[in-house]
Amino acid sequence: MIEFTDLTKRYGKFTAVEHLTLHVPAQGAVALWGVNGAGKTTVIKCLIGLLRYAGRITVDGCDVQRQGRAARQRIGYVPQELAFYKEMTTYDMAEFYARLKGAPAARIEPVLEQVGLSEHQDKPVGALSGGMKQRLALGLALLADPPVLVMDEPTSNLDTAARSQLLQLLVQVKQAGKTILFTSHRIEEIEALADEVAVMERGRLQFRCPAAELAPRLGLRTQVKFILPGHQLEQALAVLQREGLAARRNGVGVIVEVAPGEKARPIHTLRRADIEVSDFEVE
Amino acid sequence: MTAKVIWALAQKELRDALHNRWFLLYTLAFIGLALALSYMSLAGAGIAGFAGFGRTAASLINLVLLIIPLMALTIGAQSLAHEQEQGTLAYLLAQPVTRVEVFAGKYLGLALSLLASLGLGFGIAGVVLALANGAGSPAAYVSLVGRTFLLSLTMLSVGFLVSAFTKRAGVAIGIGLFLWLAFVFLGDLGLMGTAITLRLPVEQLLWLSLLNPLQVFKMAAILDINATLDLLGPAGIYAMQEYGAQLRGLFLMLTVAWIVAPALAAYVRFHIRGDL
Repeated sequence: MIEFTDLTKRYGKFTAVEHLTLHVPAQGAVALWGVNGAGKTTVIKCLIGLLRYAGRITVDGCDVQRQGRAARQRIGYVPQELAFYKEMTTYDMAEFYARLKGAPAARIEPVLEQVGLSEHQDKPVGALSGGMKQRLALGLALLADPPVLVMDEPTSNLDTAARSQLLQLLVQVKQAGKTILFTSHRIEEIEALADEVAVMERGRLQFRCPAAELAPRLGLRTQVKFILPGHQLEQALAVLQREGLAARRNGVGVIVEVAPGEKARPIHTLRRADIEVSDFEVE
Repeated sequence: MTAKVIWALAQKELRDALHNRWFLLYTLAFIGLALALSYMSLAGAGIAGFAGFGRTAASLINLVLLIIPLMALTIGAQSLAHEQEQGTLAYLLAQPVTRVEVFAGKYLGLALSLLASLGLGFGIAGVVLALANGAGSPAAYVSLVGRTFLLSLTMLSVGFLVSAFTKRAGVAIGIGLFLWLAFVFLGDLGLMGTAITLRLPVEQLLWLSLLNPLQVFKMAAILDINATLDLLGPAGIYAMQEYGAQLRGLFLMLTVAWIVAPALAAYVRFHIRGDL
């Protein structure tokens, strides 16, 4: 569905992306993984036609540089930095983009319903929360029911609850058969959504692997931060360390480093020791 | 290029302009001053010179020369730069639209909003004149409305050119204000100074004046009302003797060139821009 062939993007002497060749199959979900500056966002910007480049990108057979409109008609795009007309209402915004995409007006209400914004359709976009704006961005991307969804760090600016809500929506979108290409540096997001991961470093594709193999292959650890009652902090630390977990104190809580698939382990350990967990956060 | 996309973008621009405080302020100022000038023209209508619509049209030339370029330059300068600064331009271009549609839609929307503003200003003043039985043919007045709209388009194009070369709305507005000063004041003073210092021949003086679209507007408007440019001095007399009946065509051609050339240059710059 999406083909990158020898994609190279240079800014003067700096090479942001170098000889990238990548295939995203129809109805597949591929994540671009890499640290900041790896070239992930540049790849996305080339794909949606914001940057000129050397090499070739096609979407469903349409060349992005020669048939830009046709290629973008097949793409729903969710940017990292949400840039909306703040004075417009949610509905007006959806109506404006529906007209640009050539989507029928009848699509607007079902899409707002799908992303949980029906009750907020008369609110100015500037008054929506960060999570709502991100869901609006997803809704706008789905207005014309495109076969491809492209997202740049879709949950990077969201709190835990909003992130989880959006991720659930994205999983539904994936199950509906969309082809998905997204950038992320969150292992949970990649494990929940991607089939495959393309790991980039300094503009080059390092390797591809199934999403489930990324964390072990990179030796990635997830940090789980527990907020605990003050009088049980020392006891919790001792229990966790006795269980062989890498735990350390952090202010009013304890931070535990675990493999991405073992996030529940410290919770069970603390529960067995009758230690009450007030709250926790996964980073 | 599809008309539906261009119209959707134009409508959005029009709506934004009508909610823009500065735009409303300019419009209100123009309406207020146009009404004041209409009233003053009527008060002196029976004494000498132009009467009714014609006299008001003459009074409005200087008002138009001050306010309309300022209005059109600043909204043109903000057009692309403001959206780029907000990040909305990149999101817009990520949709199935082309750059020519985005440019044309924005230009059309702002041109229509200028037309709406001028329509209100001239319209209200015109109604007052008609109700007060202003004497004389309204032709000069209507002609001034048309020329003013063309002038606003020249300045809108220059504003777009500024916007296409800048990334920040504040910088674009600053450059727009400087250009307004240059067109309105520095152009006149510089021309006078150059003419005196270099003792320019009258034909060179005329052509130097015609490089400034505001001067073109002024000469064309005076010609419409007065049927001669003699009151502009030697350059005006020379223009009448040398070009006579061709002057109106020449003024129109220069005005159209000032609309098309900067707009085209702005589009080319916008089209090749890769830093969005």
